Amino acid sequence: MKDIRVERFTNGKPNLRRFHQASWDEPVIFELGQPGQRGILVPEVEEGIRTRVGDALADLPEGLRRKDPPKLPEMAQPAVLRHYDHLSQENLGVDFNIDVGQGTCTMKYSPKVNDQLARMPEMTELHPLQDESTVQGILEIMYRFEQILKEISGMDRFTLQPGAGSAAIYTNASIIRAYHDSCRKGDQRDEVITTIFSHPSDAACAKVAGYKVITLYPDADGYPDLEALKAAVSERTAGLLITNPEDTGIFNPRIAEFTQIVHAAGGLCSYDQANANGLLGITRAREAGFDLCHFNLHKTFSTPHGCGGPAVGATGVTRELVRFLPVPLVEYDGKKYSLNYDLPESIGKIRPFYGVAPVILKAYAWVMALGAEGLREVAEVAVLNNNYLMKKVLSIRGVSAPYAAGRRRVEQVRYSWQKLYEETGIHSDEIGVRSADYGVHFWTSHHPYVVPEPCTLEPTESYSIEELDEYAAILEQVAGEAYSDPDLVRSAPHNSTIHKIDHRPFDDPQQWAITWRAYLRKTGESR
Amino acid sequence: MTRKKIVHPYIPNSSPEVKARMLQEVGAANVDEFYADVPSALRIQGQMNLPAPFLSEAALRRHVEGLLRKNTPAQPNRNFLGAGCYQHHVPAICDEINQRGEFLTAYAGEPYDDHGRFQTLFEYCSMMGELLEMDVVNVPNYDGFQAAATALRMACRITGRARVLIPDIISQDKQSRLRDYLKPEIEIIVVKHDPSTGGMDLKQLESLLSSTVAAVYFENPSYLGSLEVSGTEITGMAHKVGALGVVSVDPISLGILAPPARYGADIVCGDIQSLGMHMQFGGGQAGFIASHDDEKIVMQYPSRLFGIAPTRLPGEYGFGDVAYDRTSFAKREEGIEWVGTAAALWGITAGVYLALMGPQGMKEIGEGILYRTRYARQEIGRIKGVSTKLFSAPHFREFVVDFNKTGMKVAEINKALLSKGIFGGKDLSQEFPWLGESALVCVTEVHTQADIDLLASTLQEVVS
Repeated sequence: MKDIRVERFTNGKPNLRRFHQASWDEPVIFELGQPGQRGILVPEVEEGIRTRVGDALADLPEGLRRKDPPKLPEMAQPAVLRHYDHLSQENLGVDFNIDVGQGTCTMKYSPKVNDQLARMPEMTELHPLQDESTVQGILEIMYRFEQILKEISGMDRFTLQPGAGSAAIYTNASIIRAYHDSCRKGDQRDEVITTIFSHPSDAACAKVAGYKVITLYPDADGYPDLEALKAAVSERTAGLLITNPEDTGIFNPRIAEFTQIVHAAGGLCSYDQANANGLLGITRAREAGFDLCHFNLHKTFSTPHGCGGPAVGATGVTRELVRFLPVPLVEYDGKKYSLNYDLPESIGKIRPFYGVAPVILKAYAWVMALGAEGLREVAEVAVLNNNYLMKKVLSIRGVSAPYAAGRRRVEQVRYSWQKLYEETGIHSDEIGVRSADYGVHFWTSHHPYVVPEPCTLEPTESYSIEELDEYAAILEQVAGEAYSDPDLVRSAPHNSTIHKIDHRPFDDPQQWAITWRAYLRKTGESR
Repeated sequence: MTRKKIVHPYIPNSSPEVKARMLQEVGAANVDEFYADVPSALRIQGQMNLPAPFLSEAALRRHVEGLLRKNTPAQPNRNFLGAGCYQHHVPAICDEINQRGEFLTAYAGEPYDDHGRFQTLFEYCSMMGELLEMDVVNVPNYDGFQAAATALRMACRITGRARVLIPDIISQDKQSRLRDYLKPEIEIIVVKHDPSTGGMDLKQLESLLSSTVAAVYFENPSYLGSLEVSGTEITGMAHKVGALGVVSVDPISLGILAPPARYGADIVCGDIQSLGMHMQFGGGQAGFIASHDDEKIVMQYPSRLFGIAPTRLPGEYGFGDVAYDRTSFAKREEGIEWVGTAAALWGITAGVYLALMGPQGMKEIGEGILYRTRYARQEIGRIKGVSTKLFSAPHFREFVVDFNKTGMKVAEINKALLSKGIFGGKDLSQEFPWLGESALVCVTEVHTQADIDLLASTLQEVVS
């Protein structure tokens, strides 16, 4: 048998691990347990209460009483623990893999000390309506963190309320709407401009806020098209929602002209900085002429992604727009911190209370571990890593980086496997499935696939040169398989928790099953 | 002064030797080359003005802990605040699971790399489905406010109408959220409550219903804790004019209370913070939306919907996105509203909670809260000048304490309670001026008889 060390990271060669994802054949939870088993006991109602109250259910009208007990699992505590532990092992967090394959998501290291701090009872056991005197610590953290974001962006005030990036984009669209309404131009200004390489939510949130969406496509070099922008603006323009660098990793050098053109037409400019990882300490929203911007604390600011939240989309605005921010704002009078609801023109509430405080705490701790120099180091190493990985990846057969040939990229690159597809018939998403066999994520891209057979890689600052080499080696291996043995790739996964899924039920209303009860009903199986 | 170059522990390639090697590899003289597209006018000159960092982990911990120690955590037995965020017991297993790096640090992997996330969230939705007696439940969105706002937008799209009716007894913050989110095209009309029960005023409701109404929305329990006892009548009246019944509930009540599907709800929504999330200063919220398995409704969800499907291996389960083409991920502004990162980890946690509780645990917790609510209402209601009888309907977990006859302000009373280590109920005087000096008091399963007695006796001292 072959000595497996020949595939290990020795003598400067990257790993090619004999990975296999955990595969517990884990039943769906409803198939576990036995009638009568208990996972936890609930505090009993004391006899003293029962005696004084009588039958508390007596005045519950018949129609409000639950008739049949819910068909929840009945499981002992260790069985619940093991079930979820098994499922957790069948999941790949950043803690476990070289997570550069989920480009645009900024899968960086989330420092453990920050998680530990957020678990202190002084964080977890705070009720949001406690007397302000009892929550001075968390208000101070929110206030301090706002000051930090102001410096990083050049904006004048922030709200930390939106629950993630898209909620922040919606908040920005809502503020833009409030601004034009206050100028009595709300009815006339009914268009928002974005670009196809800005996040889908820039278009979708603007639509929900009532706007018609105009989407600009890139020019021949892959830069947002300035001429197209000039043609798009008018007295109907409410605003520009745009990201930079775009999802291609290309920075728009004419961004200040973009904001000038929109301002000249009377619109506002909102900078989607969900991912600002390559630009910390390099360039800011303010100097590029933006009126609003937002940061995803679960991306640039390191807080863990939690399988898709909880998260924070911190939204910053210039002085002119502060009056429209959601309430409350955190204020400091030199002695104490307080919540300020006195904003008569506020768009109101974006979520209950004040934002996801533990996420804000973790982001604050992350910045405080790095400082100004450290943040700039984050940006520079993220960009160095990206350009290093690009060099490695572009040496792989069948892949290219469309647009801006010969130019550098900022923090990510949108690649194309079009050539490999033409030569092997293997699609980008199939490369992704096969990559999972080697223990890493790989994501194609948001739709539509303007770049054919796309994938987006974003190495952040969190991976070592050896790990970047390993990731590139995995892609090289899979691309090689596509040429030498395409069926091996096409029939993947081979080392996953499960085998290839039959996707047909997901789009068939007769077959789709969004809950176990629906599954049992539609398949005719019984409990 | 020369500063020592710091090699950051979070940044593997920050050592000068590695950087030099990588720069050489890509043929760049320095990192500035990568920023060639950033015009110099836009470049930050010098360094940002940020606080000096705490470079060692020990110093960082000391700094942040120092800030956090300025907070006073709510003691479960001394905290009577609710109003949308609740101090229920959080089972240790809930924390154990949501702290695991496999879940905590994962994001948006595909069904083959992140099978665990798909299955746990499918199971969460399935357990919610059992509680709600509904076949469709979404992967969590941000919070109960967003869930209600989206549920109402769904109702408008389904009916092709643009007017919704909501009760006047509703969190004013939530109403603010609805007003912002339903702008510009959807009109919100507020229905008065019946002053005796606290439920919707059915006469006024009748007069406002017409074929232009998309939905009648109500909450059970209401924001002030009273149960809506006319659910069947309200949804029946809505259905008669072709409108939908949209009901917001706290799922923690559903082991004992009937799920809204039983009284005619078409869409059910709410917040799952009660199901295993710490309060976290309001950071534990997550929203759910549920309905029957009607294609017309399903296609109007903006959220991810995870489905179960067979794999190549007979008997094996796979998971994936149901009707993905609905979403803004697939269709940008042509998709349904939008979808993105929200609160998935809290969905996983709520699943763990429901699995631990089982049918018996959910029944006992619901029953226990009904008993304690009634007991607290009764005992506090005995205090001279204090009334807890604003509404005749049964209450769940919360109730209004009317201090008007004591001549004291809630703010003063709460200050006095605080000096004894008690967090009194939410002051309602700003939110509902018609209630005058009243507070919203909350009791859960964590309160013992002695805890409630202490609140009552301390209130007695304070107001007399």
